[in-house]
Amino acid sequence: MTQYEAVIGIECHVELKTESKMFCGCPNAFGGEPNTQVCPVCLALPGALPVANEVAIAHMIRAGLAFDAEIPAFSKFDRKNYFYPDMPKDYQISQFDMPLTQGGVVKYWLEDGTMKECRLTRIHLEEDTGKSSHAGSGDGRIAGSTHSLVDFNRAGVPLMECVSEPDIRSAKEAVGYLEALKRTFVQLGVSDVKMEEGSLRCDANVSIRPVGQAEYGTKAEIKNMNSFRSVERAIESEIARQIGIVESGGRVIQETRGWDEVHGTTHSMRSKEQAHDYRYFPDPDLVPMEVSRDLVERIRSGMPEVPWKRFERYRAEYRINALQATQLLDDGPLAAYFDAAVAASGNPQQSLNFVLGDLSRLANESGTAVGDSKVTPALLAELIGLLETKTINSKIAKEVIDRTWQSGESPKAIVEREGLAQTSDSGAIEKFVDDVLAANPKVVEEYRGGKTGVAGFLVGQVMKASQGKANPAMVQELLKKKLG
Amino acid sequence: MSATVSSTAAAIADAVNTKARSARDVTDAMLAHVDAVDDRVGAYLTRLHDLARAQADAVDARIAAGEKLPLAGVPLAVKDNMCLTGTRTTCGSKILENWVAPYTNTAVARMLEAGAIPIGKANLDEFAMGSSCENSALGVTRNPYDLDCVPGGSSGGSAAAVAANEAAIGLGSDTGGSIREPAAFCNLVGFKPTYGRISRYGLIAFASSLDQIGPFARTVEDAALAYDVMAGHDPMDSTSIDRAVESTADHLRTDLHGLKVGLVREFDTAGLGGEIDAVYKKAYADLEALGAEIVEVGLPSAKYGLATYYLIAPAECSSNLARFDGVRYGLRVDANDVGAMYEATRAAGFGPEVKRRILIGTYALSSGYYDAYYVRAQKARTLIAQDFVKAFASCDLIACPAASSAAFPFDSKSDPYSMYLMDYYTIPMSLAGLPAISVPCGWVKASSGSEPMPMGLQLTSPIFSERLLLGAAHAYERATNHAALRGPSVGAPA
Repeated sequence: MTQYEAVIGIECHVELKTESKMFCGCPNAFGGEPNTQVCPVCLALPGALPVANEVAIAHMIRAGLAFDAEIPAFSKFDRKNYFYPDMPKDYQISQFDMPLTQGGVVKYWLEDGTMKECRLTRIHLEEDTGKSSHAGSGDGRIAGSTHSLVDFNRAGVPLMECVSEPDIRSAKEAVGYLEALKRTFVQLGVSDVKMEEGSLRCDANVSIRPVGQAEYGTKAEIKNMNSFRSVERAIESEIARQIGIVESGGRVIQETRGWDEVHGTTHSMRSKEQAHDYRYFPDPDLVPMEVSRDLVERIRSGMPEVPWKRFERYRAEYRINALQATQLLDDGPLAAYFDAAVAASGNPQQSLNFVLGDLSRLANESGTAVGDSKVTPALLAELIGLLETKTINSKIAKEVIDRTWQSGESPKAIVEREGLAQTSDSGAIEKFVDDVLAANPKVVEEYRGGKTGVAGFLVGQVMKASQGKANPAMVQELLKKKLG
Repeated sequence: MSATVSSTAAAIADAVNTKARSARDVTDAMLAHVDAVDDRVGAYLTRLHDLARAQADAVDARIAAGEKLPLAGVPLAVKDNMCLTGTRTTCGSKILENWVAPYTNTAVARMLEAGAIPIGKANLDEFAMGSSCENSALGVTRNPYDLDCVPGGSSGGSAAAVAANEAAIGLGSDTGGSIREPAAFCNLVGFKPTYGRISRYGLIAFASSLDQIGPFARTVEDAALAYDVMAGHDPMDSTSIDRAVESTADHLRTDLHGLKVGLVREFDTAGLGGEIDAVYKKAYADLEALGAEIVEVGLPSAKYGLATYYLIAPAECSSNLARFDGVRYGLRVDANDVGAMYEATRAAGFGPEVKRRILIGTYALSSGYYDAYYVRAQKARTLIAQDFVKAFASCDLIACPAASSAAFPFDSKSDPYSMYLMDYYTIPMSLAGLPAISVPCGWVKASSGSEPMPMGLQLTSPIFSERLLLGAAHAYERATNHAALRGPSVGAPA
């Protein structure tokens, strides 16, 4: 039986996070009453002119640098000409042959920690369109509608288009790739990447070929995928559909297909128009951009470590497993907190345990992010220090961190004031042990009868008697000796 | 009262600033004059009585408060492709016939801030495409020096308004000669500054890389005053140049000593007919008599100017005019679906010349033709600009005709190409982005017995050398005073 592999490329549109729109001063904000975030420029009133948003251009450079893309010294805007009612100028200001970033590689990982790479063709900057809605048909569809309404609040919002090379080989890889984009853009502050608000929209080009064949098969472009989960399902469904066609002797045709979330299948979208001739030409209203090396270096030096590099560092230096590393990296501030805690404590394992354990639990309970809490990395390091010197045991540490979370008080001060330091006084511990053995003759008998599992119970009783302060190792040792 | 309507902008501003006359008084007199003559001239598509009086009162209040305004009380004609809040702004097109602008063009705003009074919105060839004003869909504008002749175009309304004393300053836009040619036809000074000197924000685009706003005036000094007010960077226009502007009105010259004036080898005027040839030969001799050294320069690529222009300008216009689609504003002709609505709206809304240029431009940008047309035209544009750079290595200014004839009768240029040829001498400067000015330089008779009609001398100089250019034009104007030969047939002071 022939084995097939999928060949997948992804085009992503990501709205940039800026105060104002791409070419005017209107707010770049989601929602709002229709047509309230508009001005002569983004409504394309006669005579209005665009002025490029420099913050958006800096975001593009940031995005490019995150993926080691080339940032050419010159770039320009071009007009992409086509008529569409929600596109006010009836051309879109975009970038044709001189985008702000060229090439680059997205390094991402799968659940098991395997690193993968997908080359980028380019990332270019453009403006978003408005939104149409259709009235009178009852279901919001254009068919049967009596009129259409257009909201231009979104028109002119800065949008970057990331075009990948066809380096992705499975639906799981596609999701890994998209997660890497999202993580990176969010952590760089380039975009909020909220798929539900449409700030990330993607299409996938999918084809199949027999394993070992060099040429690509005929691709279908899949649209209407509204979540990473639907991307995964849509691609899996499309791969299966194409294999089915080829296996039954048919040929895949090049077309655009829509993902149907309800039925779990893709369907052919009848293309209303022929292949477009967009008549690209340089926008004469905008002067070409000179991207100085100074600016690029300034932006580079202000960037945080990119997620995939952190991932590799966590794996290699700290031996953190893929799942935990992903947990950290899906929350940029949490990863930054973790790095600070490691720097302060010199103890990655304990830092990880607290960050993903008690601190994440407290953050969930309280709604306050770990990084914004009163437990600063320095205080956490102090607590870890108390554990390392065995001044307290892990049970007490749990109590202490809860209190530091509430009050911000130093763990050392709490331990000293409340006398929580664990006791290693063998005389005192022996007394606790003797008392517990005397009080539990039945259990002692069971142990001696070979049911050594009950030792845990006895340790617990001793710890309880000591109010948690007894050194657990010494308790175990003494018990073993006495029961011996 | 009538003497005030033909006063220069400088004289009016002086009278208003010194409180010899109120801006309101000047304005009322001007509105009365416009109402008396404009039915015959047709300079204005919209007269702004209320706005003009309100602005005049505001100017008087500022003067009373002690301000001095460079254009206090100066009556202004605004070409109707410039937005002015609350006024109908039509571009001479049915597609915008009833569109009221909700914002104001930067140059107009600066003129108003300087004390000018908006008298009306002036007629133009539809979307500024034409050389006679005959392409307006909304009205006929006649040449005040001969009502049977065109005023030139595309800024024909602004030119006719200033020529008929219906304004002291007119604002035009010049894409390939649309200020300089009508200035020549109407016995006026018409000035196109360096591309980027005056903001285009609120100027309804024809060809973005060529459009430039400039003034019409009856004297070089008035043109300089208006330029000084309008020039300078505007953050709303990315193509406006962020560079200090040299004032011009206080640097006008009276001679040309120390300047080299280049005459273009390829622009021999012998082919324009004996009478016209004589006008320009005399003009060049006058420049020399003023102290200029005359040198010959070459512009070998200038002959490709027309062909280059008629690819680049239509290409840009095909995209710029896409927004007139019936969706958001202006004319809408309803149809069964949005595509049919676009077609019906644009078919009914645009006139034949606009449609012709949209088609040419769409074709030139099409896949498979782009390299052969648009890209080659851009290369030719670069060659033409380089020609000027080389020529200016051996001269300070270039002198040549502003148009290849005087004003012509209506309907006499029926094929588009003969109309396009009117801009043969002005297009190369537009493609190179140079400042250029047309100054009255003599008169020619179309036939024996007819009244003589004015001709214009075009002077051009390197980018950003407005001070030199206006200074030299002033020296020539003062020495020759051709404009004074006769006044307009309509609109002359009683």
